[in-house]
Amino acid sequence: MTGASITVGPAQAPEQAGAPPARIGFEVVPRKGLIGVAVVFVALIVAIAVNKLWPLMFLHVVGGAAWTIIDLFVGLVLGPILGRLSIPARIELTTRLMPKMVLIMPTVVTVALAAGWQLGNKLGFVLTSSPDHGWVVASYVVVGVMAIIALGLLEPANIAVLIELKKPHPRPEVIERLMKRFIYSAGITGLMQIATLVIMTRLASG
Amino acid sequence: MSSASTERRLPPVTEVGMASLALIVAGGIYLSAHLPEHVPLAPAVVLLALSAALLTGNLLALSRVAGFNWNRFFQIARWAVLAYAVTAGLILYAFLYDGLSGGTLVVLTLSLVVYAVHVPVLIAFTVARFDMPHQDASVAPATAPDAR
Repeated sequence: MTGASITVGPAQAPEQAGAPPARIGFEVVPRKGLIGVAVVFVALIVAIAVNKLWPLMFLHVVGGAAWTIIDLFVGLVLGPILGRLSIPARIELTTRLMPKMVLIMPTVVTVALAAGWQLGNKLGFVLTSSPDHGWVVASYVVVGVMAIIALGLLEPANIAVLIELKKPHPRPEVIERLMKRFIYSAGITGLMQIATLVIMTRLASG
Repeated sequence: MSSASTERRLPPVTEVGMASLALIVAGGIYLSAHLPEHVPLAPAVVLLALSAALLTGNLLALSRVAGFNWNRFFQIARWAVLAYAVTAGLILYAFLYDGLSGGTLVVLTLSLVVYAVHVPVLIAFTVARFDMPHQDASVAPATAPDAR
């Protein structure tokens, strides 16, 4: 899987006086992280296959909580901080954080949704006759809007920033434009996660 | 500026892509809100057809852009398609396990196919649009940010 990391170019040599700054070597998609993703997805398949309450509840709650907390933290805390960092600090944080986000976010979202659907089926929430069905459909809408923003804006910007940073001469105006898109999108999805918290706690409390 | 003229030449792939995704998501919400009971499929089919039409139009419009970096586009797209095919497959597995069949299964599967294609298109387009061959040739190295 040599292409999984989508490495675009080698890290530069240490900077010399007057030369462009050295870039940190990094993988756009961390190959070792794919092992963890595979383990989580296997766990998801097993949980759905055995269809027991605890595994489904565990995966849905952990996946959903991770998704919610990361969105809130990145969107409302880390994003504004990132915008105020110096350029070198911003680049260093970006190149260390965002490759991990490339793997973490699709994984937790997939786990939360697939386990959540199976859990809702098992507990009867998804039936139209369920008294909580309206809340469940509301959660579908919130998740759907977040998915459109995340898949249409956030994830592409994430990947594109990392690809640009791998180039011998990354263009600051491109990175700034993409990071603005990433931070604003993360902020919007972070705010929408508050609606998810309201709905999920309402469902859990009956 | 060459980058500004490039931006003027590009069709609204991201905007159309997000509209297509919105239609697919709406169809998915409609199906999920009715399952596992009987689902009238007409609304879902209409949403799927519109979404697929937007996807097709998007790709056609992009194919007409002169000098678009298709090498970079496919370099990114093929791995993104693999990743989103896996996630779409996992979601479909959950529905299959619950005995979903017939027309509903077909519509849901096709919706997931459109999703698994369009998201990689958006990712690959976002990368390739800033990687046009003439942009690489005209980039001046002196404006790179400081590392220290």
